[in-house]
Amino acid sequence: MTDLLELAEHESPRGSLDHCVKCTICETACPVSNVTPLFPGPKYAGPQAERYRVGGEPSVDASVDYCSGCGICTQVCPQGVKIAELNARARDALKRDRGVPVRDRIITRPTALGRLGTPAAGLANFALGLRPARIAAEKLLGVHRDAPMPRFAGRRFSRWARGRTSPATGRRAVYFHGCGTEYYEPETGEQVVAVLEHNGFEVVVPSQDCCGLPLQSSGLFDDARRTVLRLARALDGALGGDPDTVIVGNATSCTLMLKREAREILGLEDDPVLKRVSERVYDICELLLELHDRGELRTDFQPVHETVAYHAPCQQQGHFIGKPALELLALVPGLEVRELTARCCGIAGTYGLKAEKYEIAMAVGRELFGQIEGSGAGSVACDSETCRWQITHGTGRPSAHPIEYLHRAYGL
Amino acid sequence: MNRELHYDAVVIGAGVAGLVAATRLAQGGARVCVLARGVGSTHLAPGTVDVLGYAPDAVREPGPALEQLAASQPGHPYALVGAGVVADALDWFVATVQAGPLPGYGYVGGGLELGGRYPSALGALRPSALVPVTMAAGEAQQLGRLCIVGTPALRDFHPSLCAANLAAAGIDARAVPVELELDRADANTLGVARRFDDPGWRARFCARLAPLLGGEDHVGLPAMLGLRDPFGALADVEQRLGRRVFEIPTLPPSVPGMRLYEILSSALRAAGGRLVLGAEVVSGRWSGGRVEAVVTRAAGHDRVYAAPWFVLASGGFASGAIELDSHWTARERILGLPLRGVPPAGEPRFVPEYASEQPLARAGVAVGGDLRAEGADNVLVCGAALPGAAPWREHSGEGIALASAFRVAQVVGELAGSPAEATA
Ligand SMILES: Cc1cc2nc3c(=O)[nH]c(=O)nc-3n(C[C@H](O)[C@H](O)[C@H](O)COP(=O)(O)OP(=O)(O)OC[C@H]3O[C@@H](n4cnc5c(N)ncnc54)[C@H](O)[C@@H]3O)c2cc1C
Repeated sequence: MTDLLELAEHESPRGSLDHCVKCTICETACPVSNVTPLFPGPKYAGPQAERYRVGGEPSVDASVDYCSGCGICTQVCPQGVKIAELNARARDALKRDRGVPVRDRIITRPTALGRLGTPAAGLANFALGLRPARIAAEKLLGVHRDAPMPRFAGRRFSRWARGRTSPATGRRAVYFHGCGTEYYEPETGEQVVAVLEHNGFEVVVPSQDCCGLPLQSSGLFDDARRTVLRLARALDGALGGDPDTVIVGNATSCTLMLKREAREILGLEDDPVLKRVSERVYDICELLLELHDRGELRTDFQPVHETVAYHAPCQQQGHFIGKPALELLALVPGLEVRELTARCCGIAGTYGLKAEKYEIAMAVGRELFGQIEGSGAGSVACDSETCRWQITHGTGRPSAHPIEYLHRAYGL
Repeated sequence: MNRELHYDAVVIGAGVAGLVAATRLAQGGARVCVLARGVGSTHLAPGTVDVLGYAPDAVREPGPALEQLAASQPGHPYALVGAGVVADALDWFVATVQAGPLPGYGYVGGGLELGGRYPSALGALRPSALVPVTMAAGEAQQLGRLCIVGTPALRDFHPSLCAANLAAAGIDARAVPVELELDRADANTLGVARRFDDPGWRARFCARLAPLLGGEDHVGLPAMLGLRDPFGALADVEQRLGRRVFEIPTLPPSVPGMRLYEILSSALRAAGGRLVLGAEVVSGRWSGGRVEAVVTRAAGHDRVYAAPWFVLASGGFASGAIELDSHWTARERILGLPLRGVPPAGEPRFVPEYASEQPLARAGVAVGGDLRAEGADNVLVCGAALPGAAPWREHSGEGIALASAFRVAQVVGELAGSPAEATA
């Protein structure tokens, strides 16, 4: 029994900190501490400071709020220390101690924002494009005036999905489209559905809300837990008990939330529904690449004569599956793909929207923006919507989900 | 769907050994995937290529010393690999760095013919076969009067300690501290290196340093001459100071090691190889004496990578790939492969003097002459996972990693006809 408890402790983020040998590899890769002294670095703020964080005691450090939560530290750590996860928990403790700004209570609720903005999309987009309105929003709310804001599509993906039925094929995929697709980029969702159906999937789109990631990354853990568990139940219901049905999503940070972060960071390891859902989730590119590996992906691609730069977002890298989009894009004849090596665009979900963090986010993104500009590519493929908005904001180049290129090459 | 992917070869580990093995396999036409829990010891080690510094006495000519070592220690990785392969691996390495992403940056030195000795942060002279061009002017024989520059902001580099020890070794060295405002709680050479990438900052640094210099003809700096264009930074600083300038390896993070990682991972990309970071390999799927697939911890669900060939480049005790548990049992953690060189029960594993030859130091994954793991016909082993060497005493870690990885790719080619055909 003690052995089991010991094991559980070692597998948890807190338990993993004793594996830290202070090698500094996380510090070499941290995009934030490399551009600002406000965040002293993942080792310093993570395993080192964690030893001084005692349950119930006041939080020892405010700097952890400057961690963007990109998770790169955890990816590069050779000893398996859950650095980003430790820091996310420390941020939650900090917010409990010192309170949460109103701004963070608003921008972390994409479902509510989307519902408000969609019916009045014209007006909302107009207001968001107005300088005085943005300045006011910065002053009142602390949302930076220049931060990239998506435009409401004015229609909801789920309305489109509800108006059609996917042909039954015996191979089912439950589509988790996320808020970005729902309110801002419904066309990406339509492309995902078309590509999946083209490859023989019956696509089921259950009614669904936010995954809770923005709440979690702003340190609002209780709300995040409620939100993600509600989503897990909605998706689980759509699985219908069929062991072969997969859940597939195109928003890599939201799928990561379901796969791993909610369980590890929010401490929801014991929820059986979330566990079942998390084990069933696929990123869309991960799924298609596996299909290709099995010889089951259709490759009736038309040539696309373009050069595209590919950026794998941090949260996509947090899936620990490499870069399946690269291998898929390589299947399209004529398409020249340039892999970008800069790790982070800076936005980290809502981090780069915040007035006090906008400049940091832009400084983080600079290396990536430079690589894009030097790549000769006309557009940028990237799996995460907030990163795409930041990339377009930072470079002026159009960006799209990798699925858009596949969709086009299929001629769908 | 079963979360399984197939490659021609799967390499476990992204240190020097894993990156080199994977790049060579990919250059041979194989579809290669590297799985690594994190980056390897590149970011920690000096970034030099130490082939054989002590055997056990100081080695002047690594080539002949290698042959002798191979003859007297048949289980040593160099004996299994052969001196000829070491030479080929070094040549390939030099060419790869030259063709890499850092303009003008290369590795130089006496190679197997004449090992050089270069100052360490403590002011000892470390033997290396090849060093980055930014360290070249530190070669002990050509040093005249030397000035070691540091800054109090860097708490892990003490110019006076370095200079005093060099002086004790008969080198005319003096220390010069420069004040730098680094506005960080945790300043290190990496932070300074990022500033050295900026020509304006470099100019200001040189303007501050120049008046403090005297009649010295050489200036030694902690290794921090930038990440993007270290060769250009070196030339710039040398010109501004009017002296030969060289880098001295530091405690981690290692700036030259980060450059090396950049160079090797970009060679892997250029050859079409894939790298999955954060993917801890936890077990293998066996079929008789072969490994069919390995299992990684991915988010949410394990992922499986199947291949006809596997390369175990997961490092040794330091990387946690080999472990000694509290019952004093040593094991290879991923595939449970048999080890060699573990002292028998009852014999001491360690001796009190840290820097002495430690009885456990030579333990590693048992291999045959062709670097195939005992009991696993399609698993090849390279780098710090190999048994038979005492790299910390021999100063041979990087040489072994490089040469054994190079050899592993050759063996796969020989056994499979050509690696690309291996899937058939
Ligand atoms: C601080 C330090 C200083 C050194 N100084 C010197 C020196 O001065 N001269 C010298 O010659 N050598 C030196 N070395 C040794 C030298 O760096 C290594 O011997 C050599 O690079 C070995 O490299 P490797 O690729 O075999 O292993 P490593 O570099 O250790 O790489 C191991 C890789 O395997 C991965 N891995 C481990 N377990 C798993 C798993 N379960 N699943 C997936 N991946 C896994 C790790 O994440 C890592 O990517 C030093 C090493 C260190 C750590």
